[in-house]
Amino acid sequence: MNRETQVLKTDAVTVEAEAAEAPPQPQRQLLALTGNEAVAEAIRQIDPHVCAAYPITPTTQIMQEVAQFIADGRMRAELVPCESEHSAMSACVGAGAAGARVMTATSANGLALMWEVLYIASGMRLPIVMAVGNRALSGPLNIHCDHSDSMGARDSGWIQFYAESVQEAYDNILQAVRIGEHPDVLLPVMCCMDGFLTTHTSENAEILDDAEVRDFLGKYRARYSLLDVDNPVTFGATDLPNAYTEHKYQQVEAMKKADAVIRAVCVEFGAKFGREHGMLEAYCMEDADTAIVVLSSTAGSVADMVDTLRAEGRKVGLLRPRVFRPFPAADVRAALQDLTAVTVLDRSHSFGADGGPLFTEVRTALFDAPHRPRVLGRVYGLGGRAITGGEIRALYDEMETDTAPTFRFVGVRE
Amino acid sequence: MIDVINEGWETLPIGGVIPEGGTSAAYKTGDWRGGGKRPLLNHSACVHCLHCWISCPDSAIEIQESKMLGFIYDHCKGCGICANECPPLVKAITMIAEEQFETTL
Repeated sequence: MNRETQVLKTDAVTVEAEAAEAPPQPQRQLLALTGNEAVAEAIRQIDPHVCAAYPITPTTQIMQEVAQFIADGRMRAELVPCESEHSAMSACVGAGAAGARVMTATSANGLALMWEVLYIASGMRLPIVMAVGNRALSGPLNIHCDHSDSMGARDSGWIQFYAESVQEAYDNILQAVRIGEHPDVLLPVMCCMDGFLTTHTSENAEILDDAEVRDFLGKYRARYSLLDVDNPVTFGATDLPNAYTEHKYQQVEAMKKADAVIRAVCVEFGAKFGREHGMLEAYCMEDADTAIVVLSSTAGSVADMVDTLRAEGRKVGLLRPRVFRPFPAADVRAALQDLTAVTVLDRSHSFGADGGPLFTEVRTALFDAPHRPRVLGRVYGLGGRAITGGEIRALYDEMETDTAPTFRFVGVRE
Repeated sequence: MIDVINEGWETLPIGGVIPEGGTSAAYKTGDWRGGGKRPLLNHSACVHCLHCWISCPDSAIEIQESKMLGFIYDHCKGCGICANECPPLVKAITMIAEEQFETTL
C-alpha cells in the first residue's frame, strides 16, 4: 500500500528525522510478515494481562505465536486455552471485569459461536481487543475470505476496523487498545483483516520499538474492577426495563465519542510513528465523477484499476472506509455527494435486504445530501472468490451508463 | 445507592455495574408478589421452630431472640416455602390472596 492518499497528511520523513534526534533511538524493524505474524507481534508488544485462545482457520497462528512468546519468556500474559470460542470470549469478559487488559483472535464460525458474549462484552463496557481474520460463514463450509462473519456482528456494539494491509492490521491493533480503553469510549474493538489475503500474505511492515509501543499505550486502569476489594462492585446484575434503555443509550453516546477518539489517536499515532490512518481513505477523489467504495484488501486491486483508468483520462476514484463502526457517515457524504455515480462493493450480503451492509450504510449517509449520486450495490468475493481487474473496470464502465441495475452480484454464473 | 428509576443516562454507572455493596437490602423484592399471595402468621399457633426462617430464600422472616415475629413484606416474594415447611401439626402460616390487604408491600 504505497500509494499517496488524501488522508495521509503526515510527512513521514520529517517525523523520523525528529525522532532520530531524541536518544535512545527507537529500534524499528522493517520485516516481511504475514498479517497473523504482525498481529501476534503487536500482541507481544502490548503484552496484555490475559489472552484467551481457541483455534480457527485462518487466525489460529495468532494465539499460537502468542503461546510461543509466553513459553519463550517474551511475554508475561496469562494465556487461557479454552474449549470453544464462546468460552474464549467469556474468559475475556471475566478477565475484563476483573480490570485486565484482554485480547483474543478468531474468525467466521468462531466469531459466530461468540455471538451472545459479544453483546455482553460491549454491554458491560469492557475494552477487549479482538483480531478477526474475515472468513465466510458456513454453510456450505468455506474457509476463505468474505465479510459475512464480522458484518453479522456490526450491531453488537463493538468498534470495527477493516485493514487493507499487513501494516495497517498491525497499526490497528495498537490503536485499538488506546481507543477502546479511552474513558469516553470503554467499548470492545474488533480489528478485521481479510482471511488468507492478509492473514497469510507476507508484506513489508514496520514493527515499532517495544518501548515506544509501551509509552504509546500507557497503563490501563479499569473504571470498575472485581478485584478492587476496597470498592466492591457487581457486574452482570439484572437490568430491568427501568434502566436498560439508559444503559443502551450510554453505548450510543460512547460510539459517538469513539469517532472523535479514533481521529485523535490516529493523529497522535501519525505524529509519533509517521503513519496516519484516518476514518477513511480517499484515493483520486478530488475531481472524480465516479467512485468505488470498498473495505479491506480489495481496495488495493481497485486502486490499481484507478491508476489504469486515470492514465486513460477517466475521472475515477476510490473510497475505503477503515472504520465501519462507528460509521463515518459525514465523511462519506462529503466525499461522495458531488459525484455522478458510486458503486459500493460488499463482500457479504444481507439476505432479503436491498443490498449488502456497506451499500445500505453508504446510501443512508447520502440520503440527506443536497445532491446525491446514483448509488449502486455490488456483492463480490464471497467465499474467497477473486475479483479481477476486468470486473473492476466493468464496474467503472457501467457507472457511465443509465442501464446499470441498482443491485447485482458480481460474476455470478448464469 | 443508585436510583435506577430516576437516574439519567449521563450519571447512571455504565455497563449496568452496581458500584457499591449490600444493595440487595434496599431492593424491595416484595413487589414481585404482584397479584399473588402473601404469608400470614397465626401467632398463637406458632411454636418458634424456625423452619420457616431457615427455609426462606429471601431472609424475609423477622426473628428476635429465637422467636418468630412475622414477615418482612418488603422482601417476601410470596413463594410460600415457609407455609409449606411449617410442620403439619402446627400450620401457623397461611398464604392469603394479596387483594385482601390494603397495600401490596
